[in-house]
Amino acid sequence: MNSALTLLILLPLIGATIAALAPVKQVGQIAAVMTLVQIGFLVPILIDFQVGVELQAYVDEIWIEELGIHYALGIDGLNIFMVALTVFAWAIATFWAATKEWEQPRMFYAMLALAEAGTIGAFVAQDLILFILFFDLLLIPFYFLIGMWGEGDRRRATGTFMIYTLAGSLLMLVGAVAYGVISSYQNQTEISFLLSDLAAAPVGGSTQGWIFAGFALALLIKMPIPPLHGWMPITYRSTPLPVLVVLSAVVAKLGAYGFLRVVLPLMPDAANNFQHVLLVLAIIAIIYGSVMAFSQDEARMVVGYSSVAQIGFVLLGIFVLDAKGAEGALLQMLNHGIVVVGLMLVIGFLAARSNSERLSEMGGLARSAPIFAVMFLIVALATLAMPGSANFVGELYIIFGALSDQFVYGAIATIGVPLAAVYMIRMFQKSMHNREHAEGRSRELNATEFGLLLPAVLAVLALAVYPQFVVERIEPNAEFTVEAYQPSTAVAGGGGAAVSKEADE
Amino acid sequence: MTAAALNVLGAATSPPIEYETLLPFLVLAGGAVLTLIVSMFPGRFVQRALTPIVATSGLLASLVLFAIQLNEPPELLLSGSLRIDDLAVVFSLLIITAALVATVLAWRGSTVREAGSGEFYALLLSAVLGMTLLVASQNLVTLFLALELFSIPLYVLCGADLRRNRSLESGVKYLIIGSLGSVTLLYGLAFVFGATGSTGYAEIGKAIATGNLADDALLLVGVGLTLVGVAFKASIAPFHQWTPDVYEGAPTPITAFMSVATKAATFGLLLRLTGEAFLPLYHDWAPLLAVLAAVTILVGNLGALGQESLKRMLAYSGVAQAGYLLIGVVVGTALGARATVFYLLVYLLMNVGPFAVIISRERAGLGDGLTGMRNLGREAPVMAWSMTISMITLAGLPITAGFVGKLFLIESAIDGRYAWLAVVLVLGSALSLAYYLRVVAAMWMRPVAKRTGRPGRVAAVAGAATEGGAGRFPELVAIAVLAALASIVIGVWPQPLLDLATDAAEAFFSLSN
Repeated sequence: MNSALTLLILLPLIGATIAALAPVKQVGQIAAVMTLVQIGFLVPILIDFQVGVELQAYVDEIWIEELGIHYALGIDGLNIFMVALTVFAWAIATFWAATKEWEQPRMFYAMLALAEAGTIGAFVAQDLILFILFFDLLLIPFYFLIGMWGEGDRRRATGTFMIYTLAGSLLMLVGAVAYGVISSYQNQTEISFLLSDLAAAPVGGSTQGWIFAGFALALLIKMPIPPLHGWMPITYRSTPLPVLVVLSAVVAKLGAYGFLRVVLPLMPDAANNFQHVLLVLAIIAIIYGSVMAFSQDEARMVVGYSSVAQIGFVLLGIFVLDAKGAEGALLQMLNHGIVVVGLMLVIGFLAARSNSERLSEMGGLARSAPIFAVMFLIVALATLAMPGSANFVGELYIIFGALSDQFVYGAIATIGVPLAAVYMIRMFQKSMHNREHAEGRSRELNATEFGLLLPAVLAVLALAVYPQFVVERIEPNAEFTVEAYQPSTAVAGGGGAAVSKEADE
Repeated sequence: MTAAALNVLGAATSPPIEYETLLPFLVLAGGAVLTLIVSMFPGRFVQRALTPIVATSGLLASLVLFAIQLNEPPELLLSGSLRIDDLAVVFSLLIITAALVATVLAWRGSTVREAGSGEFYALLLSAVLGMTLLVASQNLVTLFLALELFSIPLYVLCGADLRRNRSLESGVKYLIIGSLGSVTLLYGLAFVFGATGSTGYAEIGKAIATGNLADDALLLVGVGLTLVGVAFKASIAPFHQWTPDVYEGAPTPITAFMSVATKAATFGLLLRLTGEAFLPLYHDWAPLLAVLAAVTILVGNLGALGQESLKRMLAYSGVAQAGYLLIGVVVGTALGARATVFYLLVYLLMNVGPFAVIISRERAGLGDGLTGMRNLGREAPVMAWSMTISMITLAGLPITAGFVGKLFLIESAIDGRYAWLAVVLVLGSALSLAYYLRVVAAMWMRPVAKRTGRPGRVAAVAGAATEGGAGRFPELVAIAVLAALASIVIGVWPQPLLDLATDAAEAFFSLSN
């Protein structure tokens, strides 16, 4: 049994346990150092990664035999960078959190670690029920993180967040169980929720519809895509910034990932049937997110709504059902995760200087902080997909994919590109330039702040210089995932999806 | 001639009695009597220690004797009026465990002193005897006797806090509505007997199947009334209205016992009736029960939403859980029975923990209200964690027993072509999160208004070590912690309980097929 991924899931929890043994004042530091251990553990996995569609570091053990639920984990091009992003974002969030004081720090870091374990688990799970289990498990730590250490109307925020996301993911659970049961009926196989088993024995096209609806609802809520984003504003306002780093950078990506990992391979007919619904939703997300981001005064809400727009691009890339689009979506998920880490740090630093997170109460902060300004600018330009950044490559892939298969959607989505420039430059200008606000005081980054922001900026630059590193690793899987949707290759037989289409016709 | 006639007569009047297999029941009955006798002796030691010890030993002995019979071939006793199979054994184990927990919860409480410890424990043991007989009964007469044997002691136990009006109210209410349920049931049983001419479950099933009685109005009325009667006892909506008042008023250890054991006993009965006697009428009662299940889930979850009293909240949550449990009955398959039995076993784990916490708060003089839970996270972190885990598992979040339990119910619903019930179940669960999390929030999260300064910057406070007065009652802490731990362990490794549930379901369905 290959225990590498199991260990990767458990490492945060082990780290939190060790940190909990330390004196109260040192818990944060120890927890932060423990995230370096995870990075050290992840690097060999990244290096050993082979380009190809095969699952690696694969584990498959029966967990609940009666229900055909497996404890199956594996990595491939779809999730390797998501796992890396998770570990990266959590490391920065933990280090950042360690610079602040928290009530009941042991519980805080334990919850943070539990959230990380759940996220990694959801990304590497190769069994449908296991995926949902981890997907839902995340809710518990975030409930506490927001409810106990949050700001403002946090109890209402946690309630809204929990009920929204759980209502969605429980319907997904029903859909998943239905998929397994019906699949075993229709194909006369033993019940199994292993993703590869299900893909080999998909349910018929007519039953896919409502199962697809359950999945789409859960995943769209998580992303979030309007009009299912109701939990986002209130949750963003109440979440402490270091927690918001991971919530926004990583957890939102789980929704998009679910489409690529589960929905497209298992429900090809439904994905085809509902393609236009999802594409319209993606366009709405892009336009609505951009417009809202432009009109926000709170800096974190600018980032929140800009994430809606960005994740709209990702959804667009996924549902043009084209290899280029899927590739772009995967690349963009990583890019956006990294810039959000940077942006959240920037917001924290801005707020520390102007005593407010409101753009209207900031200004002129660049005056005696050139390094800060440059680093912010790098992150901001990457966010608005400046040519030369990896985000540019990602958006280009998505829009090319869209233009070649779904021209109208691609053309409309293109509007989103300049809009991103508008809201990001507005945020930069209002905070860094303009007249200095009475309350604020421009100050260069101190060593801690610099140390926190530097990895994010370096990651942005590294991706900009060499996006090929990522692209070549995700390419085979991106192609494989949408293979069944290509008219030319469907006959050649690309996995279960093609088989089911033939069976239905 | 006379000798032969006497022989026949003798055989008719005194059926063979299988004392060995009946031993666990006899131990319960004997235990109840012995408890009463022992408690007649005066003295603090006898009242405080010896009587509970005698009662507990009776329960433990019966538990062991039942456990020995697990996985033995089914046995019909007393001319086929009782059947000891794995279903009966598993349910009996569950009921006795709940009673053991209740004795621990009641120990050192005021109820036992007020009601008299002999009476309290003897009544508890009689109720257990009635419930175990009920899940083993194979015959309408035994059914009714067993039902009353457990109901009547419970009426008294609900009113056992003699000096508290709410407790007396609870007892009277339960007596009146419970009797109404009993009467309805009895009426139904009479109709069923009238239509089929037999009292044995198997004979009734055969009579319906062979006698072409599917359209017989008399029978259908009988089946309907019987199910309604059981619905009263199992607090299935719309026959649940007594539940919140009775649960709130009854002494909390009794509420804890009732919430688990009554549910187990009545669902055991329901499984036997629907899976055996009424199985040929499946297409008549299944849609009806499906609607009742949906209504029960909805009513229970909506009712629990605004409750300030935790006992009332748990009463409504119990109603909702009855709705979930009903799903396994509705589908009428071995998978469904297994899911229901598994969920009942899990329900024991998730339900006793909160009651232990509530009792500790009541003894600290804080009552059972949501306000009494405030700041429990600081005062008594161990209790607060146990309660948190119990709430999370009741809501059915992952890596808890509740999640696995709901997974099985969903699977059985979809397998039995009742996918819409699975959807109702999960929507109900999402709704239930609102009130379960209110408890968690009360324990851990201070009201926003009281906060000052930048959030999250307040100096760290070391957890108090007193456990909020619960430290004086280590047995309550132990039960809360054990229940929470078990919920997690079963959530990760459900196999042991699953095997029990599978045994129970198979023992039963091999008969009907």
